[in-house]
Amino acid sequence: MSERENILARIREGLTVPAPIPGAHELHGHEHAPNPAPIIPGMVMKWLPPVGPKPGDHIALFAKNSVELKTDFQLFNSEDDLQTALRALAKAENWQRIGSHRGSLTDEACVTLGLPVVRTDEPYEMPQLESCDVGISECEALIAQTGSILVTTRSSGGRALSVLPPHHVVLARRDQLLPDLPAGFALLKSKYADDFPSFMSLITGPSRTGDIERILVLGAHGPKKLTVFCI
Amino acid sequence: MNLNVLQFKTDSERLTHDLGHRDRIQSALNKYYVARDDKKARFQDWQAARQAAAETKWDAVNHLDKYLVEFAEKIEARGTKVHWASTAEQARQIILGIVKEKNARRIIKSKVMTGEEIHLNDALEKAGFSVVESDLGEYIVQLRHEAPYHFVFPAMHLSRGEISDLFEKELGTAQTDSAEELTMIARRVMRDQYLAADIGISGANFAVAETGMISITENEGNARLTCALPKVHIALMGIEKVLPRFEDLTLFLPMLGTAGAGQAVTCYNSMYAGPRQRGENDGPEEMHVILLDNKRTHLLADIEQRDALHCIRCGACLNVCPIYKNVGGHTYGTTYQGPIGSVITPHLRGIQEWKHLSSASTLCGACTEACPVKINLHHHLLHNRRNAVAQKPVWWEKIAFELTAILFNNPLIYRLAAWGGRFGQLFHPLIKGSLLDPARAWTKTRDLPDVAPQTFKEYWRARQK
Repeated sequence: MSERENILARIREGLTVPAPIPGAHELHGHEHAPNPAPIIPGMVMKWLPPVGPKPGDHIALFAKNSVELKTDFQLFNSEDDLQTALRALAKAENWQRIGSHRGSLTDEACVTLGLPVVRTDEPYEMPQLESCDVGISECEALIAQTGSILVTTRSSGGRALSVLPPHHVVLARRDQLLPDLPAGFALLKSKYADDFPSFMSLITGPSRTGDIERILVLGAHGPKKLTVFCI
Repeated sequence: MNLNVLQFKTDSERLTHDLGHRDRIQSALNKYYVARDDKKARFQDWQAARQAAAETKWDAVNHLDKYLVEFAEKIEARGTKVHWASTAEQARQIILGIVKEKNARRIIKSKVMTGEEIHLNDALEKAGFSVVESDLGEYIVQLRHEAPYHFVFPAMHLSRGEISDLFEKELGTAQTDSAEELTMIARRVMRDQYLAADIGISGANFAVAETGMISITENEGNARLTCALPKVHIALMGIEKVLPRFEDLTLFLPMLGTAGAGQAVTCYNSMYAGPRQRGENDGPEEMHVILLDNKRTHLLADIEQRDALHCIRCGACLNVCPIYKNVGGHTYGTTYQGPIGSVITPHLRGIQEWKHLSSASTLCGACTEACPVKINLHHHLLHNRRNAVAQKPVWWEKIAFELTAILFNNPLIYRLAAWGGRFGQLFHPLIKGSLLDPARAWTKTRDLPDVAPQTFKEYWRARQK
């Protein structure tokens, strides 16, 4: 018998006797049958932190969370304003080389910056990307509830672009802002259920660690800075 | 007395008297308490979320065969090789086999507690491979050749000064008092390691059956780099990590972040659905998932304690445990410390050898209250004590309880004992805490309460007069 069969046989043998109700020790007599029904997103929404009903609330919440997380979040009224701000940032940080991928917002950014670009949506060498000053990517969605950026291999230039360079700049549109985590996961499922990208990630602030005396340090192994420019 | 008990007693005695240690742990945990309370309060209904998480895990664990097969088939369909390992030795051999086949020279690891459980680094190093831990805390304890102190905060016991000394000795870097500079030293070291590594080894916080993905929760980005740069990705996980549905993550990711680190969600929560797919330009060419049993099915067969498999390894129970805070993580001598470690280690490594951990408890229940998936932790400590004695009674305890029963059942003997106690305690100060003292285990560091000058009966009789 293979180990697969051995393990499954031990599991099935163990499971012949059902386990008591989960959390019964805290239910104090209000016992109910175990509920293996799927958690429907509507239920989770009632437990997770509130997000407010209006799109305006969501933008305000994303901005508030960004401040807490030390994400630099800026909202622009036009694409021109965004590109101007991007040029200013490139100058201030003296970018020499950028990593990016094809996309309606990133293409424009690469043109306006006029710097050498390592494209990560075509075959590339890792040391080249490592030498970039910034990774500029798009995203699947912004999540107001947690101040997170949802990226996938397909929408955001692969696995490494958003983690290897010391600065990650996300270019997004206002209509990509979603209220909460259930909405973000619903988007992924509706878009990719037949064929998921091999990598999907929820990025919440610049890379950080508290491993030394629980003192917060940004830029442990991933980006030291995270910028979200949104029009 | 077995060696584990001796080590536990010696180390706990030393550390409970080490006030510097207590200060460091308390100050680290105080920062955690503030953040955790703040993030918990933001939930609309934390208690309902806990119950739902407990029920979801109940579903997963009580249909584990179905969900494991579903997970394995789905992730295999995406070009991942799934391996099944009944024992630690099998898991080590599978990993060594892959590493040898790939002719790998350098291996980079992100945090994987299951790796600590099977002593993976030792096995790889003995076979001649270089292994580097990329998580900052894990890297620090690796340089010190010691085990993680806490399964979420591995280097919590060390001060900046000690880490600076360590880096100076091992890496030749200049002394610094800044946590940021120390972190940047590790960052620079690790950059070269990522680019040079042939194989990346990670763990998994969750495995989604419905979609065939593993989910990794982290803050530093080291796991993301480990799963992005090397050509081969090996993920080692316990069989209990499975969740039924993709949407379950919308509940578990914020609960893990909140309970584990006081964050709404941690910095990176990444889902991996196989190696690099067609049309993708980075990521590993090969992905292996190793599903490890290593006595988890033993725990599964115990219906009373099966819920211990619900554990998501957030470490919340350690952070609130008065024993953990005083004796520290290394004292346990186990891979998993604190209340959850005391509950499961007897199942994983033998109840007679590890039953003492279940007695090192105040039964205050803080762990049970802190657990985001409602594991009945402090009652399981009692269950372990009962099971250990049922399996192998301790003769002197048995005699002691029989004598106590006689004492309490017989008024004459009881009165005699009360009188003897009152009389005897006059002389107790002469031998208190010495080798002659029958209560030495207690009186060495504590006072014995006085026997009351009257029994209740004597008091009542006097009052009636």
